[in-house]
Amino acid sequence: MEIIVTGVLLGGTYALIALGLTLQYGVARIMNLATGETFLAACFLAFWLFTAYAVNPFWGLAVIAPLAFVANWAIYLFLLQPLVNRAKDEAMLEVDTILATFGLLFLVQGLLLRTFGGAYMSYTFLAERFELFGSQYGLNRVVAFLAALLIAAALYVFLYRTRYGTAMRAVAGNPHSAHLVGIDVARMAGLAFALGGAITACGGTLLSTFYTFDASMGVVFTIKALIIVIMGGVGDVRGAAIAAVILGVTETAIASLVDPGLTLASTYALFTLVLLFRPQGIFGTRRS
Amino acid sequence: MMRMSPSEIRLAVAGIAVLAALATLPLFDNGYYLTISLNIVLYAALCTAWTLFSGPTHYISLATAAFSGLGTYTVALGIDALPFPLLVVAGGIVAAAMAGLVGAATLRISGIYFVIFTLGLTELIRQIVTRVQTKFGKSTGLYVFTDFTEAHIYWMLLGLTAAIFLTGWLITRSRLGFALEVIGEDEEVARHVGIDTARMKIVLFMISGAFIGMAGAMLAPRYSYVEPPSAFNPMISFLVVIMALLGGTRRFWGPLIGVIPFTILMDLVSVYFPNDSSIVIGIAFLIIVYLLPQGLTGRLEQLWARMRHPQEHDKAAAAGERP
Amino acid sequence: MSAALTATRIRKAFGGLVAVNDVDFEVREGELLGLIGPNGSGKTTMLNLISGALKPDAGEIALSGSRISGLPAYQIARRGVARTFQLVRVLPSMDAEQNVLAGAAVGGRRLWGAPARKLARELLALVGLTGREHIAVADMTYIDQKRIELARALAADPKILLLDEWLAGLNPSELRIGIELIERINRQGRTIIMVEHVMDAIRTLCARCIVLNSGRKIKEGSVTDVLSAPEVIEAYLGDDDA
Repeated sequence: MEIIVTGVLLGGTYALIALGLTLQYGVARIMNLATGETFLAACFLAFWLFTAYAVNPFWGLAVIAPLAFVANWAIYLFLLQPLVNRAKDEAMLEVDTILATFGLLFLVQGLLLRTFGGAYMSYTFLAERFELFGSQYGLNRVVAFLAALLIAAALYVFLYRTRYGTAMRAVAGNPHSAHLVGIDVARMAGLAFALGGAITACGGTLLSTFYTFDASMGVVFTIKALIIVIMGGVGDVRGAAIAAVILGVTETAIASLVDPGLTLASTYALFTLVLLFRPQGIFGTRRS
Repeated sequence: MMRMSPSEIRLAVAGIAVLAALATLPLFDNGYYLTISLNIVLYAALCTAWTLFSGPTHYISLATAAFSGLGTYTVALGIDALPFPLLVVAGGIVAAAMAGLVGAATLRISGIYFVIFTLGLTELIRQIVTRVQTKFGKSTGLYVFTDFTEAHIYWMLLGLTAAIFLTGWLITRSRLGFALEVIGEDEEVARHVGIDTARMKIVLFMISGAFIGMAGAMLAPRYSYVEPPSAFNPMISFLVVIMALLGGTRRFWGPLIGVIPFTILMDLVSVYFPNDSSIVIGIAFLIIVYLLPQGLTGRLEQLWARMRHPQEHDKAAAAGERP
Repeated sequence: MSAALTATRIRKAFGGLVAVNDVDFEVREGELLGLIGPNGSGKTTMLNLISGALKPDAGEIALSGSRISGLPAYQIARRGVARTFQLVRVLPSMDAEQNVLAGAAVGGRRLWGAPARKLARELLALVGLTGREHIAVADMTYIDQKRIELARALAADPKILLLDEWLAGLNPSELRIGIELIERINRQGRTIIMVEHVMDAIRTLCARCIVLNSGRKIKEGSVTDVLSAPEVIEAYLGDDDA
């Protein structure tokens, strides 16, 4: 039972990085391999704000999220849009964006290493015990989960109840048709990419309150985000959230019951199962 | 089918001469130049084997470190019991088997799943091997004691590289190579002309994996103590991708052009800017995407064509037809 | 004449949209069958179902008596189904000869080396591209690329040739040449299914044709019968080609 709750709490935070990537891949069609770095950079930034200026991470969100929004917007505009424009077909674009975001991954990782060194970081914030269903959990995990829930809900409202959000969903479903009904696809893509980055950064900020991290962890986060997005069905927001929770629970279960060093193995086991039996993911539609 | 044109024969003779010359290197130097040449030859083998698959199919494999690590570990496990040549072959087989599994799971779907899967594969195998080692072994590493010197390893890798080149050359002239080219151009069309795209990709991935596994196996004697983090180092995968793309993957000999300068560069970086290797790699990827999408060989071939084109342009104009 | 291809009760839906709804038809050996209908009636989907690019949800397609529906596209191709695409798909970095060789290498004839190159030269001559073997297809005009695609399809020596609006976008003289070419190919004994909007071509080439509308077969018969049928005219109302 403890495992399930811990897993769900963890999964909730993973959900944000997956939601961010879903926006970036589903709408902007960019498989952003650097998403883990945005996540991690947010961790470090939150850490720095807390330890150097005693800024509560939740206030930190108000700084980090807009920063990530602007940074990702710039990345899309200067780095990725030229690739979109020159790609002759989707396969070429995929390869180009993979390589470009890969380059970004290493660049950011290198900068993080330079700035913060290679040591493991963590900070104590809301570390008091919180009782839930008869067991003790860190208050920070619970609060982070609730915050993630709020952000995800806000995203849902944005996507399903506002004009911009609906336009984004239209672009994700069929960019050509969206263009025909007058939606500025390029602008929506850029907006989605920036928004995705902001949400990912929120996830990172929240995770930093209870997780120990180091500068080389970005790739692991990217891999988890990618796998969650694929498991949930590419472009589907509900699927990503559910898949994130499944991953969180599985990972916690393997770490507690079998071996904490096999977390990646459990992730891959899930991934392989999805690829073999349902490659379109939980909510995905089979693209012919 | 084995008929070679005069220019091809000249190239082959030149190649053999170069090979012979390179083989004499250990006689002249036993220190720095041998070490760096060994690295160059190692990456030449890895990158050419990588390009055998990723060149024609355009699928970016990040599994190189996983395959070479499996080769290294096969040797480390069996070094006290079995003869070395057998272990090298075994390393190749183990890597090929892994390639077959990964290929069967991911190559029937789109290329992006393949890239993602291979991205974490090395880490995954490292975690599993570490766990198995700590549970069933006394320590996380294995000792490898042999009589092989760096020169021996250098010669072995040189021979392997030659074998990979030969295989690449044979494939490009064969129907298999043509089918792979068609797959790389338009997979849907490939299917509609009767090509079993899934099987071809898997077979080719296994061939490429086998060679990479053998390279890893040959490398094992270089370490006296083989540990998962060094055998399964994801950096190897990334460096191979950069060097191959830098050189250009449209020709199977393209990566060689990228290997030599980049190996030297990385060596300099590790000496003068040891903490900044990530930044260098990041910049390298960005340069490849934005400035050299077809690699150096692609860029050179473009210039070559443009130099010849003005002549064709003039000839056609003189004949009165549109070029 | 025996049946080269039979389609029985074929159905294909994409989510809520039923693209092909309970369609039966038969193509006889050596026939040139026209498959017409307004835009969105399911014609290209039908071709995709035959070639294996899509799998039908229900029903069966058989080639010379043996079932092909449900098989992967490459197996269907090897059994003798070749096609051209609505938006031409040549192999962009290759030259004309290589593009045609692609059709001959694995499917149908399994040719390689000198005999394959000879075949490629013959087919390129047939489609009107004599001497252009080593021109890069990327440097060719759209209509020449279409011809390459046709040559590639013929290279496999298919039992049945599927043409997806192959005559679209041609000017009157190109159209005349194109119609003659298809006629020549059919006279050589090739079974063809032709999806077309260009009614002149259908009238000239096809003895028999089938009309689809919103996924259903609404009329089948000789071209004159079909084109004068009230339900067909009504289906096309608003469409400029009828």
